[in-house]
Amino acid sequence: MIKKFIDNAGWPRIIIALFLLGLFIAAPFVGVNVWTSLNNTLVRFGMNGVMVLAMIPMVQAGCGLNFGLPLGIIAGLLGATLSLEWNTEIMSRLLDLGAKYNITWLNEIFVNTYREPLGFASAIVIAIPVAAVLGWLYGKLLNRVKGDEMMIATYVGFSSVSFMCIAWLLLPYKHPTMVWGYAGRGLRTTISVEGYWLHVLNDALAIKINDNFTIPTGMILFFLFMAVIVWIFMRTKTGTAMTAVGSNPEFARASGVNVDKMRTISVVMSTILGAIGIIVYEQSFGFIQLYMGPFYMALPAVASILLGGASVNKASILNVIVGTFLFQGILTMTPSVINGYLQTDMSEVIRLIVSNGMILYALTRKVRAGR
Amino acid sequence: MIRKLFDIIANNAVPAVFIIISAFAIPLSGFSASYLVQELLTRIGRNSFLILSLLIPIMAGMGLNFGMVLGAMAGQIGLLLICDWGVVGIPGMVLACLIGTPIAIVLGVFCGHIMNRAKGREMVTGYILGFFINGVYQMTVLYLMGWVIPITNPNLLLSRGYGVRNAVSLLGIRGVLDNFIPTMIAGTEHSQQFLSIQGSGAFMLLQIPCFNGAIRIPLMTLIVIALFCVFIIWFRKTKLGQDMRAIGQSQTVADSAGIAVNRTRIIAIVISTVLACYGQIIYLQNMGTLNTYNSHDQAGMFSIAALLIGGASVSRASIANVFVGVILFHLMFIVAPMAGKNLIGEAQIGEYFRVFVSYGIIAIALVLHAWKRNREREAARRSLRGGA
Repeated sequence: MIKKFIDNAGWPRIIIALFLLGLFIAAPFVGVNVWTSLNNTLVRFGMNGVMVLAMIPMVQAGCGLNFGLPLGIIAGLLGATLSLEWNTEIMSRLLDLGAKYNITWLNEIFVNTYREPLGFASAIVIAIPVAAVLGWLYGKLLNRVKGDEMMIATYVGFSSVSFMCIAWLLLPYKHPTMVWGYAGRGLRTTISVEGYWLHVLNDALAIKINDNFTIPTGMILFFLFMAVIVWIFMRTKTGTAMTAVGSNPEFARASGVNVDKMRTISVVMSTILGAIGIIVYEQSFGFIQLYMGPFYMALPAVASILLGGASVNKASILNVIVGTFLFQGILTMTPSVINGYLQTDMSEVIRLIVSNGMILYALTRKVRAGR
Repeated sequence: MIRKLFDIIANNAVPAVFIIISAFAIPLSGFSASYLVQELLTRIGRNSFLILSLLIPIMAGMGLNFGMVLGAMAGQIGLLLICDWGVVGIPGMVLACLIGTPIAIVLGVFCGHIMNRAKGREMVTGYILGFFINGVYQMTVLYLMGWVIPITNPNLLLSRGYGVRNAVSLLGIRGVLDNFIPTMIAGTEHSQQFLSIQGSGAFMLLQIPCFNGAIRIPLMTLIVIALFCVFIIWFRKTKLGQDMRAIGQSQTVADSAGIAVNRTRIIAIVISTVLACYGQIIYLQNMGTLNTYNSHDQAGMFSIAALLIGGASVSRASIANVFVGVILFHLMFIVAPMAGKNLIGEAQIGEYFRVFVSYGIIAIALVLHAWKRNREREAARRSLRGGA
């Protein structure tokens, strides 16, 4: 029974889970507040959850790990920056609408009480079509390079990020808090979302347990909501066909499934989820990070889902939840606890070794050949 | 006929595009010819060896060796140790190579085994392995050096007493290979002077007139690179080289012909890693400073981008590709920021453009290769069906 559990979970996962448990046990002895740590872990879980969720469709459809997540992130960044740029305009349009039909309570609700959630929603609404278009193109590309998706995805991500570096400088953004002060153009490297939609999800329905522990209910619920959508989608006809393509493309083709179409849909979904994921991340983090910010963001997400037990061509919601919790747990706990013991910050090194070690483990596992 | 023409264009499209970009960017940048020639010559000496180390795994059908950063890290550890011991000049470089070699061999064997477990995705595996070993390297350099591994020179260590500083000056070996021959010619007293008072204007350089200025030639480095090219040409003709080419063509056929596929693949990676280690040492002796935590990061990406710009693909690369690539890539490297500044008034744009092109070119090369391979596979399947 224990052996079966070990087989199911895999040694790396157990070692890392034990390591994390050890960190939590050791925490009080070095003066680290366990409540604060748990709170941080939970917040970071909510921040990163949706981006990890973005891995599922592509893995299931046999496109491999989405190292091209930065593409989705870019769509999210466009949505976020545009929602800030147009914030005043969107709000005044809504006000006009209210005035036109003489509905004053509408103004009250939409513009004053729900100003921030509306801004957040507008960011997502703008980001989704952008992500869909980019994802569609990206999916078409990946269909032509079956077998080499992961490496190409990595470089599609990198080149799109560096392309957007040029675009952020040149796009005609005008908003004074977003562009460089002296030049009057070119977006700043980090843009604060304070006053727009900072912590809209974190603070929604937040339950305060004690001074150091607050459940960010809104963010967790949002993650669960997205997870349920993905879960339901994977059980629809399209979702099942997609899984079939991932498990055995020849068989799927023989049963009349359009393999390329399914793969494209999965890539579009992944990209959209990536876009939503980064907006959720930003509302909690407080800043939009442009330029080289999204560069390495795929790696933690990839590592998380693998840590949760996914393989290169099988992934589930449970993998996402377990993996994100373990990975973010280690990221929060190592700096504080190891710092307490050794008086140095080893978190960066541990992050590198754990996350990349996990990806390596998954890549070298003897799974049925993916192609 | 038309198909052949198409092939020629397809195979040389990337270098051609770069020549066109450069043709526009060079006048825009406003650099003088002698400056450009000087910079290019320096960069050929600096980077060629690293790029050449990529050739052997390509021959063995393992794709672009993203794991070459492992070798670069081994070389850096050698350099850090000789800096600590105060060994300077050519003996210092040789010693750094001697220290780096066993580390590179161990890492290469490890890398080879991992890649054998991940056949068909060697590149992405090598790429992630680079990050993984980077973690181990950082742990070694940041925590173990000065604590477990004795480092006595306080200039190397962080103020907390262990861990190596972010930037390490390599004055002791700076330019020693580049300027080896002129120093030798100039006689012993100069070489004495050269080794001890580096950077104070006592450089002995080989200069030749060029256009309206004089350029310095890193003669010894170029000789080493030439020798290495000869080595590769020779190596292709050996039994081992032929085995590798056979494996590159088809692993199954090679296996049934009695070639130890896995072992040969490991050897290919080990050779590449060791050479990358030497390449990084040559690179850093030219640079003169070691960025302990990021010098190796870019070694892999820039080398691969340069090789691809030279017209190589994932499965086919020649020595000519290396030199064409290094010239074109670095030409763009030099002129892009200035051209960007003169064109749009912002040097940053040229900088980003350069980064974008490096990544974009790798992406395009990978896509073209995978596309072509899939088409060929499709064609092969169709011909089996009887041309239907």
